[in-house]
Amino acid sequence: MDSDILGQFLDALDRFVRERLIPHEEEVSETDQIPPALVEEIREMGLFGMSIPEAFGGLGLSMSEEVQAAFVLGRTSPAFRSLIGTNNGIGSQGIIIDGTPEQKQAYLPKLASGEMIASFALTEPDAGSDAGALRTSARRDGDHFVLNGTKRFITNAPRAGLFTVFARTEPGSRDAAGISAFLVEAGTPGLSLGPRDRKMGQKGAHTCDVMLKDCRVPVSAIIGGAARINQGFKTAMKVLDRGRLHISAICVGAAERLIRDSLTYAMERRQFGAPIADKQLVQAMLADSRTEAFAARCMIEETARRKDAGQDVSTDAACCKLYASEMVGRVADRAVQIHGGAGYIADYGIERFYRDVRLFRIYEGTSQIQQVVIARGMMRAARG
Amino acid sequence: MKVLVPVKRVVDHNVKIRVKADGSGVDLANVKMSMNPFDEIAIEEAVRLKEAGTADEVIAVSVGPAQAQDVLRTALAMGADRAILITVDGAVEPLAVAKLLKGVVATEEPGLVILGKQAIDDDCNQTGQMLSALLGWSQATFASEIVLAGGKAKVTREVDGGLQAIEVALPAIVTADLRLNEPRYASLPNIMKAKKKPLDSKTPEDFGVTVAPRLSVLRVEEPAARTAGIKVGSVAELLDKLKTEAGVI
Ligand SMILES: Cc1cc2nc3c(=O)[nH]c(=O)nc-3n(C[C@H](O)[C@H](O)[C@H](O)COP(=O)(O)OP(=O)(O)OC[C@H]3O[C@@H](n4cnc5c(N)ncnc54)[C@H](O)[C@@H]3O)c2cc1C
Repeated sequence: MDSDILGQFLDALDRFVRERLIPHEEEVSETDQIPPALVEEIREMGLFGMSIPEAFGGLGLSMSEEVQAAFVLGRTSPAFRSLIGTNNGIGSQGIIIDGTPEQKQAYLPKLASGEMIASFALTEPDAGSDAGALRTSARRDGDHFVLNGTKRFITNAPRAGLFTVFARTEPGSRDAAGISAFLVEAGTPGLSLGPRDRKMGQKGAHTCDVMLKDCRVPVSAIIGGAARINQGFKTAMKVLDRGRLHISAICVGAAERLIRDSLTYAMERRQFGAPIADKQLVQAMLADSRTEAFAARCMIEETARRKDAGQDVSTDAACCKLYASEMVGRVADRAVQIHGGAGYIADYGIERFYRDVRLFRIYEGTSQIQQVVIARGMMRAARG
Repeated sequence: MKVLVPVKRVVDHNVKIRVKADGSGVDLANVKMSMNPFDEIAIEEAVRLKEAGTADEVIAVSVGPAQAQDVLRTALAMGADRAILITVDGAVEPLAVAKLLKGVVATEEPGLVILGKQAIDDDCNQTGQMLSALLGWSQATFASEIVLAGGKAKVTREVDGGLQAIEVALPAIVTADLRLNEPRYASLPNIMKAKKKPLDSKTPEDFGVTVAPRLSVLRVEEPAARTAGIKVGSVAELLDKLKTEAGVI
């Protein structure tokens, strides 16, 4: 994309976020629902297909372009991001990277347009950080597999038309090596959903359990077909770098929003005869937040640039996810502090962001898991 | 029928305008620029005419610096079919723009020209009217509704006293008011597609028009800052102050 078009694209997105999404934040949070007409506008805007190749009806953004878009999208409630997140990320990237031509043709255009929502079903009640220990079984039956198990906390499952379900195809195995990734359409007999989870924040974005009971799917439903039996975990790992950079950029967007709101408030709110922004202790909070958000932005832009250049960025993408998600937690905490009592009261929206951003340190790999990934990457590099 | 829509690149309506320290004009350094909001409404109306099958082609034209390409790209992303940029550096006045548009009309032969009623930078509110005079075409300004039928345009106009309905013969000049429609967003896929739509470049010489300014700006000043108000104790006191201090009655 040449820089003029990218600029125009980001301007259009910025305007859409300011004029259409930000004004709906409170309603979405109060009703725990994104109004259907707004979902339609988000669809028309093209937000579901940002990272899907142009050949399949998406925008085909590079990593650098995608993080620029995420910086902008991050400035509004993460619930909107969550709606489009799975189609752009974990729900489509596996198909893009490892899918067969038929799978790409069957699903990517629908995911790009938002006609179909994709979910990514990896986590289970007894397998979270240790996803390789998952228990959902896929028993071979001729040219079919029969799936049994439960998936937990699955984003967008209540709306999904397509689930990427990770299941164990190698019966006696206990680790990541015996796992395959299946494309299971909603409505397939044996697939059912649990009630919606009640969450701390990100109201309007929904998760629930996905239950599989003797759910029969053909071998051709494995991402990449029969050739990729037992390769599912590798597919999952391949989509991680992109997802981590995307989430990191969303964290920066949210931080920048909170900093802007905090600055505006601090310059208007007067105590002791002057705006609180004149107090150096308040200035320190503003300055620390600004510095950390800027640092995260730079890390992400640099890592995205190197990913686009074809370099292995696994360790650095984990650094970005760790730093950016922890950073936005601190920024949100300071934003509440700068707002004082108003920060704790729902009308100002600050406490909502404070709750919303808490999730970023947990999903797509907790902070501790990022630390483990980073340290392992360091040791791998040292050994050569 | 072709519809021609002139669009202007202006300071974005969210920007807080600052006057240059030397009073020579508005500071445009690093200021976000976008399409004049009334022109967006004009584009939207033209695109709707095309979607309804009344128009076959929507042509956007801009007179301005090379960067005015951006607003033409936005027009294309909103649904215009092709665009023409007449490159002029520096300020252009309504009369020069109207003369250039007359030249475009001569080659394109549109059945309708829809302009914004005014541009939010200089608020001249003249270009449409001047173009109408130069072409000898009917004009319907401040439109809040346009209905085309039988070679005529029925236009509802927003006038001071309320609404006025008039009918003009085509080809005609219509200028768009705020309530004509709600312009669509340039969607991201359409921005990508707009890359492939044609954008022609022209110069004022191509139309034999000189754009040298006829007006000179003497000085630009910030409006006086508002001072704090006062509370009055009674209606009588208010009337008294309006008479003696404010001198308005
Ligand atoms: C709102 C929401 C949406 C989600 N969406 C999806 C989705 O769409 N698809 C999906 O598959 N999953 C999804 N998840 C699940 C999410 O990815 C997991 O919750 C996450 O990976 C953590 O797993 P866990 O909850 O089992 O925590 P655990 O793994 O039990 O972790 C508990 C604590 O132990 C720590 N810990 C665990 N292992 C280690 C270790 N080796 N070293 C140090 N510390 C460790 C963790 O960091 C954490 O602090 C979602 C979760 C939520 C809350």
